[in-house]
Amino acid sequence: MIVMFGIFLLTLLVITAIAIVRTSNLFVGVMLMGIASLLIAANFFILDAADVALTEAAVGAGISTVLFLSALALTSAQERSKSSNRLLSFTVVAVAALVLIYATFDKPRFGDPLAPVQTHVAPWYLENTPTYIDIPNVVTAVLGSFRGYDTLGEVFVVFTAGIGVLFLLGSGTASSSLPRETNNEGLRHYLIPRVVGRFLIPFILLFGLYVQFHGEYGPGGGFQAGAIVTAAIILYALIEGERRALAALPQRWLLGLMAAGPLIYGAVGIAGIVMGGNFLDYSPLASDPVGGQHLGILLIEIGVGITVTGVLLSIFHAFAARGR
Amino acid sequence: MTTLLDVLSWVLLTLGGISVLIGGIGALRMPDLYTRMHAASVTDSMGAILVLGGIMLQAGWSLATIKLIAILLFLLLTSPTSSNALASAALLAGTRPIAERKQDREETP
Amino acid sequence: MELLGLYNYWVFAILLMTGFYAVIAKLNLVKKLIGLSLFQAAVFLLYITMGKVDGGTAPIFSGAADAVFSNPLPQVLILTAIVVGISTTALGLGIVVRIKEEYGSIEEDEIQEIDRQ
Repeated sequence: MIVMFGIFLLTLLVITAIAIVRTSNLFVGVMLMGIASLLIAANFFILDAADVALTEAAVGAGISTVLFLSALALTSAQERSKSSNRLLSFTVVAVAALVLIYATFDKPRFGDPLAPVQTHVAPWYLENTPTYIDIPNVVTAVLGSFRGYDTLGEVFVVFTAGIGVLFLLGSGTASSSLPRETNNEGLRHYLIPRVVGRFLIPFILLFGLYVQFHGEYGPGGGFQAGAIVTAAIILYALIEGERRALAALPQRWLLGLMAAGPLIYGAVGIAGIVMGGNFLDYSPLASDPVGGQHLGILLIEIGVGITVTGVLLSIFHAFAARGR
Repeated sequence: MTTLLDVLSWVLLTLGGISVLIGGIGALRMPDLYTRMHAASVTDSMGAILVLGGIMLQAGWSLATIKLIAILLFLLLTSPTSSNALASAALLAGTRPIAERKQDREETP
Repeated sequence: MELLGLYNYWVFAILLMTGFYAVIAKLNLVKKLIGLSLFQAAVFLLYITMGKVDGGTAPIFSGAADAVFSNPLPQVLILTAIVVGISTTALGLGIVVRIKEEYGSIEEDEIQEIDRQ
């Protein structure tokens, strides 16, 4: 029955995607992109991927929309020219789509528990997580401990994107060039958004902390928590103006957060070597191996969370400062 | 008792679905931005309360109900605020309500 | 019932090609980046669809003895991929903003025209 709901959501998704490509107003395209992200997140939840749904909703529907809108504010919001080589592109795309659809007939049945992907390595992880790591969320266990190298690489990718954008757009420390105490910054003279926004920010921050530390017991973890905390601070920056947001969380701190995250992750890895194990081996970190795994996963999730917060906020401030 | 709760929750869910449909039709058929927002707000308020109320009856007295109440509170706080912000932004950008435009057209001979 | 299961994969193919069409046929740089985001989202849909097991739930141990779980490995992969995708999109948008400042336009044909002079 729920498969029907999934099919309905996917149909809406296709309609939204075609509308995104056909519209010539980029603002409309970005808003539709947010709707498409939310539809995909709902579909992920129907397909039993709770962690991924949370990440897609927080990152795709939240942060991605803000980044695109900041970029559109600095460039133009209307797509001017027509497409080039429309007929050729359309033919190529149609032929490729038909080939892909023909290939899908050979796939194993949807949901088959005996499909090769379900019998290869996944049963090992599902059976051995309680013995080695003993946390309920298998996805966090695989992400943090069994495949810890991949997550280390990912943290470094996020860090690289952050310093890349800071190189391109400057670091927005032009607070000295702003006028002193204006009352017109941000949305300060719009009373209702300001009051409700200021009321909600502590709850959003609390929810971000909850998601961070409950990543082992339910859907959650560092990435989602970083995105949610970033959303709270971006809300503050939108309401109160950028100067106050930079006074609340200065740029130095953001650079510190950006650097401290990968540093914590690498330090946990080196600590594994120092205590007698391998790199990123958490078992020697505490008195018993399972406790060591818990401690290791907690520390690296904190590292991931503060990296994502620092990077996304630095990128937002870099875009916002460019317009001045 | 459980059949009564079941029937009640189905009634609430159906009414919520109808409210969402009315909101959607209104958002398509209304003449200008402000009237469209007014129609879409039916979805945010009546639709949210009825649908979440129906799901709460299905969940019974459990942790899920408290989470649903929190979600409902959050929705009821943020949807009117965002409608207000949208309307203020539209007014600031210069979109005038259709009643004002019609008044202008009637005044100028 | 088989065709219903294949619907996910067909939506993946259509979404992939829609995003790809936006990347190759549209001339606006931000539109290309939006198309790239759509392309990535389609790939995520493919992986998560492949990981679903009939009658399974999310791979979180909840105390039930004989629960069937969906495959956790594609979910770990896609979690990483979503965050990497937003990082590359942010970097791409930074480059687009700089191109707008240097060339004055973000339409590809106008930029190539200015470059040729």
